[in-house]
Amino acid sequence: MSNYHTKSVTELSAMLQAGEVSSVELTQYFLDRIKNNDDKLNSFITVCEEQALAQAAESDEKLKAGNAPLLTGVPIAHKDIFCTDGVKTSCASKMLDNFVSPYDATVVTNMRAAGVVMLGKTNMDEFAMGSSNETSFYGGVKNPWDTLTVPGGSSGGSAAAVAARLAPAATGTDTGGSIRQPAALCGLTGLKPTYGRVSRYGMIAFASSLDQAGTFTQTAEDSALMLNVMSGLDEKDSTSVDKEVPDYTTNLNQDLKGLKIGLPKEYFDEGLNADVAKVVEAAIAEYKKMGAEIVDISLPNSHLSVPAYYVIAPAECSSNLSRFDGVRFGYRCDDPKDLEDMYKRSRGEGFGEEVKRRIMIGAYVLSAGYYDAYYLKAQKIRRLISDDFKAAFEKVDVIMGPTAPDVAFKIGEKSDDPISMYLSDIYTIAVNLAGLPGMSVPAGFVNGLPVGLQITGNYFKESQLLNVAHQYQKNTDWHRAIPEDFS
Amino acid sequence: MSIDIDEVKKIAKLACLNVDEADIQSYATNLSNILDLVAQMNAVDTTGVTPMSHPFDVVQRLREDVVTDFNRREDFMALAPETEDGLYLVPKVLE
Repeated sequence: MSNYHTKSVTELSAMLQAGEVSSVELTQYFLDRIKNNDDKLNSFITVCEEQALAQAAESDEKLKAGNAPLLTGVPIAHKDIFCTDGVKTSCASKMLDNFVSPYDATVVTNMRAAGVVMLGKTNMDEFAMGSSNETSFYGGVKNPWDTLTVPGGSSGGSAAAVAARLAPAATGTDTGGSIRQPAALCGLTGLKPTYGRVSRYGMIAFASSLDQAGTFTQTAEDSALMLNVMSGLDEKDSTSVDKEVPDYTTNLNQDLKGLKIGLPKEYFDEGLNADVAKVVEAAIAEYKKMGAEIVDISLPNSHLSVPAYYVIAPAECSSNLSRFDGVRFGYRCDDPKDLEDMYKRSRGEGFGEEVKRRIMIGAYVLSAGYYDAYYLKAQKIRRLISDDFKAAFEKVDVIMGPTAPDVAFKIGEKSDDPISMYLSDIYTIAVNLAGLPGMSVPAGFVNGLPVGLQITGNYFKESQLLNVAHQYQKNTDWHRAIPEDFS
Repeated sequence: MSIDIDEVKKIAKLACLNVDEADIQSYATNLSNILDLVAQMNAVDTTGVTPMSHPFDVVQRLREDVVTDFNRREDFMALAPETEDGLYLVPKVLE
């Protein structure tokens, strides 16, 4: 009995390169795992069996020919926010339930070019708006560690699929914590790169000044391999950054002697579950053992990150989502009585509650007479938050703390209370506002549910972040744990 | 900051969203709560702070004015709910 699902991307890649397994075998293995297990999780919206096997066969040819790139033949899943040519791209919304994208997102193009096989498209919160994956038009996703709890969001499908090892890795997007928070709640390594490191072209826009694509993997080493392929300047995204892409794997083994780790006192306040705090403190003690130096720091404006975010993100979303009007693609209501009725009903029926809420907040804060009080004010607060990080990085190399204030919560527990849902991202949002790279790394368990350690680095220091995460994973095995029902 | 039912209707109109009459009260409550959360920003004096719209304060990159894409009108129009002779159809605007 093969156990490919217990292998990391790095291990699978080595097996493929050595000819110990073919991509077709591997792809079929994971397709079978999805078929046999996903009814318990609902982590996929679309499974691309035929295409995946065809891609795998192509990758096998490339492997046979020799000199194939490292990820050739490795099957992964894409969050259903990335446009995929000829494959339904729904963003988990009724609005795009009938949308088959006519082109690939750059992330998808880059993965394809590297020989990576796409198993399918994962479930998510509708238009990436949510922290529990409960706002999906296709129903919620369950956390493989306890199917009565949420996997986090918005990239909950990607997180659940990788945690249950239905895919060795997956892509995600992070606007306010949508990679790091589900990675924490599902016990995975999640990476959100610096804003602009990865192209946003073909990634359905939520809040354009915050959105960034990243990865869900078992290990930091795997994240490095994926980031190597995903990153870089893209002429099709004017906010992608023209900065050399280093080989993110080369720095992994550097030792951490003298590394300065900042602990913001604001991240260990009364809002944090005491047991989660203990797990995070134990992880930090591990870093001390590796020779790192702990420095107490302060991010004095961090309590304003959630308020500022809930002006900026809805404002940008109300503008971005104005393109969904029932004219050129997507959902159109039945029997519109006139043009205005068509716009209003197509949008009213096509969007779910949370999306409508955010569009309305955005429309309100941008409306005449309110712009200065809300949007401009939030952008000024954003500057203060960003300056806090700048000052901190004068003193330290990385910042650590909890990724989320608690472990996975029960399905339905917060779905009627938007504010308590928003506060699930209290430790992750500031990083998006500043545009910094961040990770969540599995650090232990509380009541059988995973806890994530958040590591934030300075701009474009992904290499250092991955090094810091990898060294921890060499000394611990939390990242190796697989939920019992899927082992 | 409290949003009443009339304001919800006004915002829905601005956002071009049809909202069921039965849901308006719950929108009013939730939107009010969100604006209360947002109001925490007012406690901070931001006089003289430069607004931040992008992490790097960069200017838009320009490219050479050359053809980079080709015409895929048929592919794109195939996605529309209703088309005719290369045009998108919508309900009649003029009588």
